Amino acid sequence: MTTPLAGGVDCDLHPAVPHLTSLLPYMNDYWRDQVTTRGMVDLVSQSYPANSPISSRPDWRPAKGKPGASLADLQQQALDPFKVAYGICNPLYGVQMVFSEDMQDAFCRALNDWLAKEWLDKDDRLRGSIVIPTQSVEKSIAEIERCAHDKRFVQVLMLVMGDVPLGKRALWPIYAAAERLGLPIGVHAGSAYHNPPTSVGWGSYHIEDYVAQAQAFQTQLTSLIVEGVFARHPKLKMVMLESGFTWLAPFVWRLHKFWRGIRMETPWVDRAPMEIVQSNIRFSLQPVDAPPDPALLNRLFDHMQSDELILFSTDYPHWQFEGNNALPEGLSPDLVRKIMIDNPLTTYGRLKESVRA
Amino acid sequence: MNIQLRERPEGASAVSAKVAIADCDIHPARASKKELYPFLAKRWHEHLETYQEHPYQGMMEGPPYPKAQPNASRRDAYPPEGGPQGSSLSFMQKQLLDPNNVVLGVLNPLRTGQGLRNHDLATAICSAINDWQIEKWTSKDSRLKGSIVVANEDGITAAKEIRKRAGDPNYVQVLLLSRNVEPLGQRRYWPIYEAAEEAGLPVGVHAFGFGGNPITASGWPSYYIEEMVGHSQCQQTALASLVLEGVFERFPKLKMVMIEAGFGWAPSLAWRLDRNWQRLRSEVPHVKRPPSEYIRDHIWWTTQPMEDPERRDHLFDVIDWIGWDKLLFATDYPHWDYDEPSRVLPAGVSDANREAFYLGNAKKLYGIS
Repeated sequence: MTTPLAGGVDCDLHPAVPHLTSLLPYMNDYWRDQVTTRGMVDLVSQSYPANSPISSRPDWRPAKGKPGASLADLQQQALDPFKVAYGICNPLYGVQMVFSEDMQDAFCRALNDWLAKEWLDKDDRLRGSIVIPTQSVEKSIAEIERCAHDKRFVQVLMLVMGDVPLGKRALWPIYAAAERLGLPIGVHAGSAYHNPPTSVGWGSYHIEDYVAQAQAFQTQLTSLIVEGVFARHPKLKMVMLESGFTWLAPFVWRLHKFWRGIRMETPWVDRAPMEIVQSNIRFSLQPVDAPPDPALLNRLFDHMQSDELILFSTDYPHWQFEGNNALPEGLSPDLVRKIMIDNPLTTYGRLKESVRA
Repeated sequence: MNIQLRERPEGASAVSAKVAIADCDIHPARASKKELYPFLAKRWHEHLETYQEHPYQGMMEGPPYPKAQPNASRRDAYPPEGGPQGSSLSFMQKQLLDPNNVVLGVLNPLRTGQGLRNHDLATAICSAINDWQIEKWTSKDSRLKGSIVVANEDGITAAKEIRKRAGDPNYVQVLLLSRNVEPLGQRRYWPIYEAAEEAGLPVGVHAFGFGGNPITASGWPSYYIEEMVGHSQCQQTALASLVLEGVFERFPKLKMVMIEAGFGWAPSLAWRLDRNWQRLRSEVPHVKRPPSEYIRDHIWWTTQPMEDPERRDHLFDVIDWIGWDKLLFATDYPHWDYDEPSRVLPAGVSDANREAFYLGNAKKLYGIS
């Protein structure tokens, strides 16, 4: 086993909202009334059914309640064993699925306030991501600005499958706000289910949806790169969360080949796709979609031609590895240090600020 | 890519000196819309004149993502006698088959009845295309072999078309596209696989098609390059669906060819499928073996557009993971992103692997002696 280094950053933790009613104290009278009068039920996304094996590692599954709902469990199972200095909370509550932008906005605000009060206030190691109502750019920016005053929020969180591709110009004001405030955009696996969860329609199975997350990340990288997001916002970092990364090199080979052939269509893309990835895109470590063979893993890192792309994550409480083997076999000590400490601190500028403080 | 064609004397020795190859993705075109009419009932002539094709996309003439070049084809591939690129046998012989010593050329007709909403029209056009392939191409040049195109959304009728053509040596595979109304593993498509397996024909799945779904799981992107790159994501999902629906358990002799969607993604997809199958196999008890094994046993890959990493050892890693016995060389003639046979494979490949890549694998798969 590759031993974790103390003082690292876990970039993908999933504290669970116990129930929609848990957010009621963080809503105004109107929305509290809407939730109760209309008999709204819990917002659980099909991306992570609570009892699915991938939604919680068996030994992390609580006797009752949702996996990831207990702070004590998260401390004992994720923060303590990996000796991290910081853990970034990415709540995967199904607020993106509703279609009303007003309701989405109210739920996002409640979710962010809930995270600050019930998690960030209770453990100094925890940091948060700002969940935004992406159907409204205006409301998203307002929420980013509102939460950004609290320096414990270190990134903005979006889902990999939303209403429109992430490179679309309509979303750029969100990126401008994030860049201005020093917040990376985290793009997490999951769908708002406003489009079919694959590019060829609705499959039959949960496993199909989960496997298809990787393809969704690929199309989003294409969109972000060819629309020119990083030409306009060169300081913006985007972090692909729970995306897998073993597909990255072959994906970029293909994108590069077509870019060479038809770059006249998108002339503002003035750097090779891999250069753009290396300067602006990062990936969380888990899941590692490869067989447990150290030689093979090192070939995959060689294909990526960079040791700065991967950020440590456990994906707690999702089931991606056994025991404390969050770091796969075969990583060099230098690479472990980069993955656990250097790369996250470089990516999340706000962590470094608080490290200095 | 565009290539200047030099005039060569007839029977030039440079031609015969080249090593024989198979080209597993050639796109034959019609010189005009009406070229298909002799193979279509009169009823459909009138229908097409009045209503046109009515596909699962909005534009009646061109594609919604305009191509980089007319017909997505090489500017030097217009036949001297007129008509679009790929529409002349004699010019295809002169530009592609003869100079490259292509001894087996697999025709994959696009813009057929596939992806049309009127399934009767789709059936009629597909059947006409199958007749036209013999009449215009395979009966005139024995190096060329056809693909049976079928009305993809109507599995039962499609299976009838396959059975009608089964045993005809003019055809070496059944052709589907990657983008359909549903992922390709869904049961509506199973009659196609059943008939293909029965006929002993591989099913080729060529990138492209229209099924009404956005080409990303996040909606419609802006650019042609996104569609081009996106085909490989569609293909990955289609393949995952085939494995996870248990198609290869149900049809154990079925062979499939992934055409023009790349192959570099295959190892990562297979590893991802295997990892998640270990966790979630109770949801898909009909998937008996690790998904990577079905992929290894049932899937072949055409090469164009060949993955092109900076370092050739990276390419060789990927091919080693897939298997040198599973790749089928293809040019994609006459399309603009044509791969030139002599430049595709870097140095450092054994003679046996080189022969398998360019010819041996294709002859074996397609049963050509």
